[in-house]
Amino acid sequence: MLDTLYYYLQFSQVRYALIVGVLVALCASLLGVTLVLKRFSFIGDGLSHVAFGAMAVSSITGVLVSQWKPVIDSTNGMIIVMPLTVLSAVLLLRTGKNAKVKGDAAVAMISVGALAIGYLLMNLDVFPKSANISGDVCSTLFGSLSILTLTEGEVFFCLAVSVIVTAVFIIFYNKIFSVTFDEDFATATGTKASAYNLLIAIIIAVIIVISMNLVGSLLISALIIFPALSAMRLLKSFKAVTVCSACLSVFCAALGIILSILLSTPVGSTIVAVNIAAFGVFWLIGAAKGGFKRA
Amino acid sequence: MSQLICTDLILGYEGQEILSGVSFAVEQGDYVCILGENGSGKTTLMKTILGLRKPMSGTIETGDGLSPREIGYLPQQNSIQRDFPASVREIVVSGFQGQCGLRPFYTKAEKLQAEKNMELMGVADLKKRCYRELSGGQQQRVLLARALCATKKMLLLDEPVAGLDPKATQEMYSLIERLNKEHGITIIMISHDLRAALQFADKILHIGGELFFGTRSEYLRYAASHREEAVGNA
Repeated sequence: MLDTLYYYLQFSQVRYALIVGVLVALCASLLGVTLVLKRFSFIGDGLSHVAFGAMAVSSITGVLVSQWKPVIDSTNGMIIVMPLTVLSAVLLLRTGKNAKVKGDAAVAMISVGALAIGYLLMNLDVFPKSANISGDVCSTLFGSLSILTLTEGEVFFCLAVSVIVTAVFIIFYNKIFSVTFDEDFATATGTKASAYNLLIAIIIAVIIVISMNLVGSLLISALIIFPALSAMRLLKSFKAVTVCSACLSVFCAALGIILSILLSTPVGSTIVAVNIAAFGVFWLIGAAKGGFKRA
Repeated sequence: MSQLICTDLILGYEGQEILSGVSFAVEQGDYVCILGENGSGKTTLMKTILGLRKPMSGTIETGDGLSPREIGYLPQQNSIQRDFPASVREIVVSGFQGQCGLRPFYTKAEKLQAEKNMELMGVADLKKRCYRELSGGQQQRVLLARALCATKKMLLLDEPVAGLDPKATQEMYSLIERLNKEHGITIIMISHDLRAALQFADKILHIGGELFFGTRSEYLRYAASHREEAVGNA
């Protein structure tokens, strides 16, 4: 087994996959606690569907406007997907506050709407008949069957975005804590809570877009939420939970990628399966600890 | 000049007035109790004073060296906090967040002051404990320590003893009294507990129905005359 692994690791493609996987997992886990506690998880889910729709828009733009195609292809569609998703994040947060359509209903509308329109666009006649549409859709929804097709450029893009996301998270860590724990108190004592909520939503959008290649848009929420929920079973301070969920997420992603290579399973679902198993373990330990205390 | 002056406030939701003609002034060192029925707008009034929502009309001014951002706040517990994984120390020091501006981390002096506030509230030995595991009284004292990080001048308390047992209630009241008497912090407290209000507060603001603002003895006279009226009408 180890020999096989060693053999695979000699390919730069496999190393790229591991690097990207670990980076994406790290970023995704950072805001997990905030998302879970602020009841923002549904926004994460909604945004991932928006990202799917945006992906469809970017492929169709590539076909319709042929001079843009090289740009879109070289960025893997990011140049269109990223702004669209960030814009939706901003809109979702705005509507959540003071619209006639209440927050969760608006999210549901936007997310299924984007899903439907995205699929519709992908099946329009403009695509060459030979295109493998169901394959494309499937990989956008559930992640590529293997992420071994990453180019060096994509790896660097992912690296840059991860560094930015992590830096922003560390710089605003205390503010994110205050705003998550008690928005009213934070606002009353002079913290610009709405600005930080916006920042949180934008970071989530960025994370979702860069996670899309790895696990696909339907499974992104798992990557964001599972590590935080697992860490919350056991740990008692915000810092400990954040650090633990980051480590756990990185570990699960690396293990998931290695397993998927060894067992030739789809990468995204393997990573999520490993995360579910980790949650199970943490839950059991937490339950056992609680049991001891009561006894 | 008074620390806080509210003039002709009209409060409401979406065009619907719930409270109008609220005018009062709070001096430095006052202990004001806000009384009123459920739904009479006590919390709305408090959130308006804090700048969390806008009044439909009227003005709120601060003076006597108090800036609007220097008002500490002890909110009613929200559902997020009940399962929030945070240590006591993390929560208390977050009271300084409003003064940080864009500075990302807390200074040594702020951390030290947070420790002092925890000692003052008697929660220093709990500082590494998880907030959600504490008793109701301990949680309230933690939030009070946080509010003290945000202010040295004025505290707004929204039903600080709601859901506490009699012993914790007593402890909470005596802590608040100490902050008022020994540290000179102005207290504005929403309460359901008329007896405690009359025992501790020097001024009473009664909202809902007829508005009343005045000292404790004025309130007693006012309440007595109203009772006579009620008896006379019957």
